[in-house]
Amino acid sequence: MPAHDHDHHHDHQVVPSDPALRTKALESLLVEKGLVDRAALDTLVDAYENKIGPRNGARVVARAWVDPAYKERLLNNASVAIAELGYGGAQGEHMVVLENSPSVHNLVVCTLCSCYPWPILGLPPVWYRSAPYRSRSVIDPRGVLREFGLDLPQDVEVRVSDSTAEVRYLVLPERPAGTEKMTEEELAALITRDAMIGVAKVPPPPGVRV
Amino acid sequence: MNGIHDMGGMQDMGPIQREENEPVFHQPWEGRVFAMNRAIGAWRKWNIDAGRYGIELLPPADYLRMSYYEKWLTRNLELLVKSGLVTREEMETGEPAPGSQKATPPLNAAAASAVAGLRGNFMRPEAEAKARFDLGQQVRARNMNPVGHTRLPRYARGKKGSVVRRHGIFVFPDTNAHFLGEQPQHLYSVRFTARELWGEDASPRDSVYIDMWESYLDHA
Repeated sequence: MPAHDHDHHHDHQVVPSDPALRTKALESLLVEKGLVDRAALDTLVDAYENKIGPRNGARVVARAWVDPAYKERLLNNASVAIAELGYGGAQGEHMVVLENSPSVHNLVVCTLCSCYPWPILGLPPVWYRSAPYRSRSVIDPRGVLREFGLDLPQDVEVRVSDSTAEVRYLVLPERPAGTEKMTEEELAALITRDAMIGVAKVPPPPGVRV
Repeated sequence: MNGIHDMGGMQDMGPIQREENEPVFHQPWEGRVFAMNRAIGAWRKWNIDAGRYGIELLPPADYLRMSYYEKWLTRNLELLVKSGLVTREEMETGEPAPGSQKATPPLNAAAASAVAGLRGNFMRPEAEAKARFDLGQQVRARNMNPVGHTRLPRYARGKKGSVVRRHGIFVFPDTNAHFLGEQPQHLYSVRFTARELWGEDASPRDSVYIDMWESYLDHA
């Protein structure tokens, strides 16, 4: 796995970068003009840093794995089924769930910008919004998956979903072998963000060989 | 617009750079830009499509060089001035114009905490437009090159696919981005085989599914 390199140099400066100063100036102006409420900004940052993230999606997937009726609802009307668990809101208004199987592998991208199902996966990682992922996922999905360490056999069908509209996609990954006795909560802990984007499979639990 | 943002199918962008245990925001200012974007959006002076078009208007070299939230910040500075919420002079001095009245923010902390209350509203089921295409039908994406905003990626234009899902009636970004009306219309998921898109060297099994508004499609 490639370590994080220093390409995102403006993300790691110690002295305030130019955008940091401009952001500060803009916030002061907007607050003074009464255009934004500083407390609302704090609330939003806190929500996306601490409350809204891939653990939400993991709970949806774990429920679908243990409850066949829930899984059916999820595949038929994802927005409603996801709302049953209390998740919804901006960038998750129109959800569609794509089921992976031994013969079909789904992968989600937004080639035009960075569309991503915020309420259940949080804000996207930098690589998802980056040019390499956005450009190559549609033309070379198998190569992209190999970069993520997933080498799919030729007889598996790869389906790439390009999120060009306001529909947001969640991949329902395969439940790994060796998890038959696990509780819903234990399963949720196993489910990764990358598996729900479709760039990985859910790893088997520690100690299980596949 | 045939811009740098429409990068599906390009091959020279380098390896995918992943970061272990990536923070939601790499620096505090990124979180502030994200939150300000949501908070000023609540003024409803523009819409999500106009916002996306604002990013697409960045010069290509800037688009590739800037970090994600730097693009948002630059776009928002433009939209704030264009919409009249902030004047160019206020932006330069950093102070409200003398004698200007202080407004009341539409998004307060209580509203911000009810994130579900911040849902976007993109569907127009009441429009009751008749769907031109049925499930399973063969369609061809139009060969069009508008200079404004569009969500029809270049790599799909002129290609033949089949309708696999009907999503319902949605606001049309190509007009909405330019404040020319919502023109609600059916949205479809269209499946294109990898070979149709990329030629005979592509996998015979693989495919790309693209969400497409009715105006992007013809019968094939």
